[in-house]
Amino acid sequence: MKVLVAVKRVVDPNIKVRVKPDGTGVETANVKMAMNPFCEIAVEQAIRMKEAGAVTEIVVVSVGAAQCQETLRTALAMGADRAILVETAVEVQPLAVAKALKAIVAKESPGLVIMGKQAIDDDCNQSGQMLAALLNWPQAAFISKITPADGRAEVTREIDGGLERLAIKLPAVVTTDLRLNEPRYVTLPNIMKAKKKPLEIVKPEALGVDVAPRLTTLKVEEPPKRGAGVKLADVAELVAKLKNEAKVI
Amino acid sequence: MAILVVAEHDNKQLRPGVTNTIAAAGKLGGEVHALVAGHQCGDAAAAAAKVAGVAKVLVADAPHYAVPLAENLAALVLSVADKYSHILAPATGFGKNFMPRIAAQLDVAQISDISGIVSADTFVRPIYAGNALATVQSKDKIKVVTVRITGFDAAGAAASAAPVESITPVADTGFAEFKGHELTKSSRPELTAARIIVSGGRGMGSGENFKILEALADKLGAAVGASRAAVDSGFVPNDYQVGQTGKIVAPELYVAVGISGAIQHLAGMKDSKVIVAINKDPEAPIFQVANYWLVEDLFKAVPELTAKL
Repeated sequence: MKVLVAVKRVVDPNIKVRVKPDGTGVETANVKMAMNPFCEIAVEQAIRMKEAGAVTEIVVVSVGAAQCQETLRTALAMGADRAILVETAVEVQPLAVAKALKAIVAKESPGLVIMGKQAIDDDCNQSGQMLAALLNWPQAAFISKITPADGRAEVTREIDGGLERLAIKLPAVVTTDLRLNEPRYVTLPNIMKAKKKPLEIVKPEALGVDVAPRLTTLKVEEPPKRGAGVKLADVAELVAKLKNEAKVI
Repeated sequence: MAILVVAEHDNKQLRPGVTNTIAAAGKLGGEVHALVAGHQCGDAAAAAAKVAGVAKVLVADAPHYAVPLAENLAALVLSVADKYSHILAPATGFGKNFMPRIAAQLDVAQISDISGIVSADTFVRPIYAGNALATVQSKDKIKVVTVRITGFDAAGAAASAAPVESITPVADTGFAEFKGHELTKSSRPELTAARIIVSGGRGMGSGENFKILEALADKLGAAVGASRAAVDSGFVPNDYQVGQTGKIVAPELYVAVGISGAIQHLAGMKDSKVIVAINKDPEAPIFQVANYWLVEDLFKAVPELTAKL
């Protein structure tokens, strides 16, 4: 089975972003970028399934600016076989990503698409479910386990009160939750090898996909700050503050 | 045009957050309808009819709605979507799962996790783990929106119950088969509905050590949560997770124990009314958002706090 994995280039999750003074967005110039953590989990899952013999080829796809090639090279260094960049300078929103991926799915015919559940920049949590809908495929969002067998996959989903187990028909789109796996680190020899792996660049127009944004961002601002708190001497003082000042217990 | 709220429920009761979503819908200007899709879900439909602001309840009762499978739920909502200007659901695991399918099939953007409403087409939503607030405008014909439930006060009870109307179920897609649940059993309140939450982080050291937090939680009538680091370390299940990629909470009192205060954790709890932090590291970033903090060994401070309450 061929697997398609989508990856997004985002601001490194350990960086605290700053809102631009003109309120048009957050500062991303000269900020360290990285692969979205949930996309790393998606790549890792595909590699583990290939190592287990359930997957024959891993195609990794990104939709965005030319710099996304770095993110794709990281996925190749982890163990993906080849990469496709749908290159556009436009700010891509989830519906556009889903449409671009649908076009790639039509060309590649994978048996499974694995995506991160959420990107840590726009926090949308949409693209995987949207792709499943556009393809009219089953979906399993927020999975912590997947076992493919006989044209189906047994999945465990993280839901609010615990876990849900489903059997879904393949092909399908799944999105990864935190506990699915722990992604591997890339090694230097694998980074070198990844440079020789194929990376194809296509334009959205060539795929017949409209990637124009649908939502207009009118402004971006800092959230309200919390007032300064106080350091207390001991537990007795804490109990007194909670009872008499905050009146919450 | 009317506004549709897709209700989250367990066929008997509405889940926490539905009334907040109905309150958000009430700010959009239009009659609010609630959709209850379930199986033998009459009690849940009756509960929805009694929420203030609901003008009508639509019920689709069929065995394939017993659990909310994304494909079936999306197909049902799409069968009535053209009557509505907005379709809303809580931004919980429930709403996040199926709402993007609806948006994609309507060829509209989804506006995720809104924390404020400026007008019927303009919304405020947190981005970058809540480190920025974006005001976004949608010109799409139908607005598909998930609602951050801590952003809106819950709607109260209605003086009289709204009418309940049955709608025709859409055929089972057969895409997914429900195999079972493993639900966390707890006598404590749910995280998203709790008035008080006691959360532990990596500093707890082990899952076993969470017992001292549970003792404190039981004394306070609180829910128990955790940081992503504690979940990653395998101390507690994922559904305990409070943060950017876990649950978003805003209780009256949040007690953070052994939590350093990573950006992604703060994203899930910094709207709490009162925050208490207990950490032995005087430099822990959690202190920057805390109202009260103690620089102390949690293994000494927590049992002492439990004893003094």
